[in-house]
Amino acid sequence: MTFASESVPIRLESVGKTFPDGTRALEPLGLDIAAGETLVLLGPSGCGKTTLLRIIAGLETPDAGGRVLFDGTDVTALPIERRNVGMVFQSYALFPNMNVSENVGYGLRIRSVDAKDRERKTEELLALVQLEGYGERRIDQLSGGQRQRVALARALAVRPRALLLDEPLTALDAKLREQLRADIDRLLRSLAITSVYVTHDQSEAMALGDRVAVMESGRIAQIGTPREIYFHPRTAFVADFIGAMNRMPLAPGATESLFRPEDTRIVPADGAQFSGTIVSVFFLGDHTRLMVDCGSSQLLTVETTDRREFRQGEPLHLAVAPEALLLL
Amino acid sequence: MNRPARFWLQLGFTVFVCLFLVVPVVMSVLAGITENFFIGVKSGFTLRWIGEVWTLYDKTVYLSIGIAVACLAVTLVLGVPAAYALARTQNRWARAFEELLVLPVAVPGLATALALILMYGQLRGFRASWTFILVGHVLFTLPFMVRSVLAVMAAIDLKTIEDAAASLGASFYQRFFQVILPNAKPGILAGSLMVVTLSMGEFNITWMLHTPLTQTLPVGLADSYASMRLEIGSAYTIVFFFMIVPLLVALQWLSDRTMKTA
Amino acid sequence: MAPAWLLAPAAAVFTAFWLLPIARLTAVGAGGPDGIAAYAAVVTNPAYFRSLVSTLLLSAGVTFATLIISGVAGLFLSRNRFPGRGLLSAMLTFPLAFPGVVVGFMVILLAGRQGLIGAITQWAFDENLVFAYSMAGLFLGYLYFSIPRVILTVMAAAEKLDPKLEEAARSLGASPWRVIVDVLVPGLKPALISAGAICFATSMGAFGTAFTLATRINVLPITIYTEFTNYANFATAASLSIVLGVLTWLVLNLARTFAGSTVAAAA
Repeated sequence: MTFASESVPIRLESVGKTFPDGTRALEPLGLDIAAGETLVLLGPSGCGKTTLLRIIAGLETPDAGGRVLFDGTDVTALPIERRNVGMVFQSYALFPNMNVSENVGYGLRIRSVDAKDRERKTEELLALVQLEGYGERRIDQLSGGQRQRVALARALAVRPRALLLDEPLTALDAKLREQLRADIDRLLRSLAITSVYVTHDQSEAMALGDRVAVMESGRIAQIGTPREIYFHPRTAFVADFIGAMNRMPLAPGATESLFRPEDTRIVPADGAQFSGTIVSVFFLGDHTRLMVDCGSSQLLTVETTDRREFRQGEPLHLAVAPEALLLL
Repeated sequence: MNRPARFWLQLGFTVFVCLFLVVPVVMSVLAGITENFFIGVKSGFTLRWIGEVWTLYDKTVYLSIGIAVACLAVTLVLGVPAAYALARTQNRWARAFEELLVLPVAVPGLATALALILMYGQLRGFRASWTFILVGHVLFTLPFMVRSVLAVMAAIDLKTIEDAAASLGASFYQRFFQVILPNAKPGILAGSLMVVTLSMGEFNITWMLHTPLTQTLPVGLADSYASMRLEIGSAYTIVFFFMIVPLLVALQWLSDRTMKTA
Repeated sequence: MAPAWLLAPAAAVFTAFWLLPIARLTAVGAGGPDGIAAYAAVVTNPAYFRSLVSTLLLSAGVTFATLIISGVAGLFLSRNRFPGRGLLSAMLTFPLAFPGVVVGFMVILLAGRQGLIGAITQWAFDENLVFAYSMAGLFLGYLYFSIPRVILTVMAAAEKLDPKLEEAARSLGASPWRVIVDVLVPGLKPALISAGAICFATSMGAFGTAFTLATRINVLPITIYTEFTNYANFATAASLSIVLGVLTWLVLNLARTFAGSTVAAAA
């Protein structure tokens, strides 16, 4: 199954949003999403990512002057019923009064697709999300992961021009989330459908997105591929939000340098740039995380795959390769 | 047994309170089917009092049922859309409107009835018709329907489900009848039972609004208590119980069921 | 947007049949020979004032008695499991929907001329005690319809109490009595206050019960009724009922600040 023919490029121009009570959720921004691309909107709660998604969907209208274009056509005035987008909600929003098949086929029923066709398409989609045979089940009989997949199938059934996902994995427990993340990733790639995915989980964003837009207080702080964002953050906020960050002057009196915990090498005393004392040890199975006091205001985080057993109070000698230093 | 004295004392107290509430009901039922209450059960059982009640007051039963059904129809048509509108509008006008709707219940029925008479009493046709009483009943029961439906709509996160249906292309009418109403059913059912029960038993407003030709069951009851012998009043009360108890049981069963699924 | 016009029918009916009529009632209340002063009549006129005071005292007394009775019984039922518990609960809440008239009749059966209590006192003391048609009878009647409501509220609130608080108190050495006083009653306070306020407001505005027991009992709703039907004193009836309405609404609002949303059914 592929959506290559339906997928559209999406463009936003000067899209801002102020709510009736005065809250400014979005500063006017512009955005270009290519057809078939998966764009992730990443940021802390309150940054405006969900508002942006809802504007693309047609559930909210942008402030005057803002425009939303699907494949070059202005759809700003079009309500969601007529935009033909597929939406997956955080709470799944499955209809309790219908069973799985009826939920998945609802969009088709609205479009007056005849019963036999509907049945066939529903079966196809249930197979796609690995829920064959679940058609007759009631919603309250499903687990969280299963509901999520039904929500996905339902959104895809109408062959939407774009797929919009609002934190679809947030309500699930960690193990399930990882599993489903892989499934969704595979699905989105194989379908080649334009997708906008909202999340506050940065590892999810990096794993799923072709591009990631990091948002802060109603603005896009930086937009780029996961590698660009991770290795070349442009602002302190982005640097802090993606992965952990160490900040420390590497030489006494010098300005603060920024570098990742995993780039902080444990070296023998004579090759060290600086040293400190271990304050906490967290053995995480596949690696160990150390909190080290190097005399600066913040504790340093060091991630190492070294299998030796570290002790609290032990002295540690560290160095950072010059190419690993981040420049804002 | 192995329970402390405290337990038995409280149990005794509770049973006593229970008896206070139940004994007169039992007495009333007995009186309604006994030949002569003053003599007691020794005088024998009979259905003649119920028969007499029926000859005297059958119209009140029909009217009460009719008004209750009409009241239900009106509150459904007015209340369900209103509940939906309130569920989707979260601002203070919605709050204020809800408050307003409850006033006819908070304020003594006497005031509502007086106000209606003062305002519309001159319209002879309206004043003498059962619809005059219906208006009073609707004012009194509408908030219960709205509250009941609103509670269910709030619990199922109506807004998100509706957004989902809209995202799939459903127009307002399609959403309302295919998604919103079916999921509001428990609230509609509970509200309906509540409205019918309240309408059947309403007295305060009805007493002021009625005419000799538009008497409801509770109004008839008051009349029988005042002017008929005890046995007839009791028999009439039995008829009332007969109508209201199934409704109460249904209400209780419904609320137990919602407790279990909550 | 869809929502606005969905409210219109309900709003229209409400405005036409309640808002406007009540506004008119308020105006009529001030249209009598005393003018606006009629609204103070409930305090300035000795007869009305007596009526108001009786109603207030009765309602307060009923509320106090009901809270204690229902508190004890309600707590007992919700915290103990024994055969017959369901039956007792059902019997205690079943009179909930009785209209005031029926409650009045129940009082007559208990305390009227052929009443049970009279029969018992006749047998025990050779005196037929009849008090249905007095304030005492009214008090009994108000108790009758208040107890089921308050018991329901108490039981519901007791279910919601966190058992961990009790366990914590017991782990610190509190006796059952101390647990009741220090944990349960404070925990139930909001529910008790709200139920008490509803009980009070309902008693203030109750008409059916008093009407059945005798129109001679001096409570405000009966006074209003008498003014209207016997003396055709529209202005007085109007002003008194508005005052009563405002009073009951105020008390109920107090209840709601403690309990969220509870709607009282009149009696």
